[in-house]
Amino acid sequence: MLADVELDLSAGEYVAIMGESGTGKSTLLNLVAGLDRPDAGTIAVGGADLAALDDDALTVLRRERMGFVFQAFHVLPYLTVAQNVALPLALVGTPAGERDARVQAMLAAVGLGERGPSMPRELSGGELQRVAIARALVHSPMLVLADEPTGNLDPDTASAVLALLREQVKGRGAAGILVTHSLAAAGTADRILVLSRGGLRERA
Amino acid sequence: MSVAVGDAGAVLRGSLAQNLARTLLAALAIALGVALGLAVQLVNRAAVDELTQGVRTIAGDADLTVRGPRDGFSEQVFARLARDPAVAVASPIVEADVRVAGSPEPLRVLGLDLFRAAAIQPGLFPEGGGQYDALRPDTIFLSNAARARLALDPGATLVLQTGLADVPLRVAGSVPGAGGQRLAVMDIAGAQAALGRFGSISRVDLRVTPGTDVAAFRERLAAELPPGVAVDTPQASLRATESVSRSYRVNLNVLALVALFTGGLLVFTTQALSVVRRRAQFALLRVLGVTRGRLAALVALEGALIGAGGAAAGLVAGYAVASAAVRFAGGDLGSGFFRGVTPTIAPDPATFAAFFVLGLAAAIAGSILPAREAARASPARALKAGDEETALARLRPPWRGLAVIALGSLLVGLPPVDGLPLAGYAAIAALLIGTLLALPALSTAILARLPSPRDAPSGLALAQLKGAPGQVTVSLAAIVASVSLMVAMAIMVTSFRTSLDAWLVRVLPADLYVRLPASDAGSLSREEQARIAATAGVAWAEFLREDHLLLDAARPRVAVLARPLPESEAAAKLALVGPALARPPGAPPSLWANEAMVDLYGFAPGSVVTLPLAGRAERFFVAGVWRDYGRPQGGVQIDRATYAALTGDDGVTSAALWLAPGADARAVREAVRRALPGGERLEVAQPGEIRALSLAAFDRTFAVTYALEFASMAIGLVGLSSAFGALVLARRREFGVLRHLGMTRGQVARMLAAEGVVTAAIGTGAGLALGAAISLVLIHVVNRQSFHWGMDLAMPWPQLAAFALGVVALATLTAVASGRQAMGADVVRAVKEDW
Repeated sequence: MLADVELDLSAGEYVAIMGESGTGKSTLLNLVAGLDRPDAGTIAVGGADLAALDDDALTVLRRERMGFVFQAFHVLPYLTVAQNVALPLALVGTPAGERDARVQAMLAAVGLGERGPSMPRELSGGELQRVAIARALVHSPMLVLADEPTGNLDPDTASAVLALLREQVKGRGAAGILVTHSLAAAGTADRILVLSRGGLRERA
Repeated sequence: MSVAVGDAGAVLRGSLAQNLARTLLAALAIALGVALGLAVQLVNRAAVDELTQGVRTIAGDADLTVRGPRDGFSEQVFARLARDPAVAVASPIVEADVRVAGSPEPLRVLGLDLFRAAAIQPGLFPEGGGQYDALRPDTIFLSNAARARLALDPGATLVLQTGLADVPLRVAGSVPGAGGQRLAVMDIAGAQAALGRFGSISRVDLRVTPGTDVAAFRERLAAELPPGVAVDTPQASLRATESVSRSYRVNLNVLALVALFTGGLLVFTTQALSVVRRRAQFALLRVLGVTRGRLAALVALEGALIGAGGAAAGLVAGYAVASAAVRFAGGDLGSGFFRGVTPTIAPDPATFAAFFVLGLAAAIAGSILPAREAARASPARALKAGDEETALARLRPPWRGLAVIALGSLLVGLPPVDGLPLAGYAAIAALLIGTLLALPALSTAILARLPSPRDAPSGLALAQLKGAPGQVTVSLAAIVASVSLMVAMAIMVTSFRTSLDAWLVRVLPADLYVRLPASDAGSLSREEQARIAATAGVAWAEFLREDHLLLDAARPRVAVLARPLPESEAAAKLALVGPALARPPGAPPSLWANEAMVDLYGFAPGSVVTLPLAGRAERFFVAGVWRDYGRPQGGVQIDRATYAALTGDDGVTSAALWLAPGADARAVREAVRRALPGGERLEVAQPGEIRALSLAAFDRTFAVTYALEFASMAIGLVGLSSAFGALVLARRREFGVLRHLGMTRGQVARMLAAEGVVTAAIGTGAGLALGAAISLVLIHVVNRQSFHWGMDLAMPWPQLAAFALGVVALATLTAVASGRQAMGADVVRAVKEDW
């Protein structure tokens, strides 16, 4: 049950949300993504009131304006690395030539310039999360939602991935929400918010 | 640390419960296969038992039985046998299936020498009536079953119809020892008079004197008996009776077992996908100390549990189906072999046990590959998500499949075993299994050649299939098997029906056909033939005499058709399957053999053979082979003038009439019936009517076949549906990710539909190709060796196209429906589920 949550994000702003288990961090992300609907209140992304959109319109909104990074990577095992990254572009109908160029550039940006033809099973956990970050940003979304993106990684790899995520989100002028239990991870954000039964507050 | 089997068993129970719907579906498929197989076996066995019981009743306690042509042999043979010092008792019998006024079915009439029969066939001894009724020529005794069927009590008059004559007989009493057999007993002299068989008998049953070597005596007797009369044990007669329907019964049993085979494949699909889904769980068990062997045993045990449950349910259902089938349709499953037989289903424990074991074996066999895979998997790799396809990668090398297909191709060249096309069945099984083994490589090759679609859902679908050809194969196993067998049957039945229709057109060139009512007794005399030929409107009449000769005591009798057949007209009149050979100078008269005679008796074209006619061995030159769908036990045609000259018999059993220009067929039909006393009993039909009746009988025969095939098909579709369901459920996280990335529900559905279309198209295509190959084996090996008839290949293209489209459409709908079910509201949350 979420209540008393108010959050404004600007382009290029990168915030972390922390909180104990069960306080609704993931629910908050689902609401922002339009995957759940609030009982009350308003959620707007890029000026679009999510309550006014039907399921298909919300899906199109996610497709065009949002990017996601998951704890378990969720890179599709039957696609190559390049195909995985190209997926959002394919969904918005980007022409093949432009798509290939953007994918290659994105892979290079996350340090996987040579791994495009590889299959996911050939990659390490850290590399898989880099693929996920590339996929989340390749179509230049205005909002990136990352849910515990380093939960499955060792500390050194996690640190590198977090730095990359921040760099890419901010560097592309997107807004980013990072949900995490880790204070170190949260520390990479511009500001840290804490979600509790009492609502969403700035960390003191 | 080591995990006890009890703990692993708990895992097993949990997994079966978790996968309950699919487990039940697999058990249901086994149950259906067992039920169909058991029902067909019980009904056929009961019908055969009923028929052979008749043979046993008639043979009684005889040591040997002497039999000959259907119309009998000289009673002088009996006189000789009765004098033989090795014979203690000789019981002569006149036997015929005769029409009875007011009954559609013939009645078996036995003429006995009661004093002799009392010693060998006590079960046939009549009871009731006056003191000498059993010896009177105008009385008859009915078994209880016949009395109930004909509704004739003692004192009533029973009218036998022999040829066109009526023979009224008084029902004097009963034959209580005949059990459920429908038969009638009368004095042998009375029977000879009633059936017009003066001086002729049908068989002699012998009891030898104590101390006689039966085998040696039989050998001596065989050499002394006239041609066409043979001696053998009553068991040989039983075998001959059984053999008439044996091929049909075996084919039906094999078809019923196809449903069980498909059920086994469904267990394979269920278990293979279940093993893939639980790969990480199994890896965990391995890490915790469960050995490879124990893990494999666990998966095999799952299969055994599914098989045991399914087989037990199948036994109950099979018995119920068999009982219902006998109750509502009699013992005949459409073939006509057992029409009129009303058997009782006996719950034979050995048959039940055999089908239980078959069900169990099918399920365990379906679990073996998945069990091996579960045991082989490396725990470290299996614990890693996304490793599922590795589990099925071992299925990919095609060499095993190709080797099994090659073996199947070799098997088609082998001869039948004990008259059964066992190598043909094995070839079909090899082609089927080989194709299934080669399917992963085939799927991979086809998928690799498909162009990448432009739209994202279809592109993803294709990528998914390319990345998981093993899963495609597992999904397709049951559907490929059932489609191929359905297609094979469709091609074979169409080829058969088309060939039969063409044959009927060929063998029915006249305008009207006249025959005596179906019966073993009576013929049309020369005068009656003349009257028919002289009927107004008849331009030309051709008469035919049908006789039945015994060439081998262990086989049914062979038909001899004598008709006007000059050698110069043979090619035009007969449906020859080879050249019409010219008779060499000095060669005996010509004979034309049907295909069964070539297979069963070696009547090869160009050879000289002997036929026992009128007690003499007559030589004939085999001038050609004709196609015959009416006499799988064997048949020959000879010129009627030759037959009459050799036998002195100028009676006929049927006639073909060509009408004068302008004559009305209906009017001529009535005129023919009026032309003879008792002529209203003649069966007169136009070729179109005979064709329609023949094709209707054909369709009835294959109705059960189609029902069994549809059952297999249903299991195949259920298998595909179950596999799609399992795969889609396992991909919920993927759907969740795709929904996050911006795919609409409609796009996900389109993706699944595309996967369904491609998967089903590969399966249906493979099934069509395999089915076509199997149909060739059915046509040229199984049918030829079972029924001894050839047929021309005819492809039912429109039906195949409709069938293929139907399967693809159903499979696609199944895929979409499975996806819709898996795409519930919480699918987005599936991305949070741990592996």
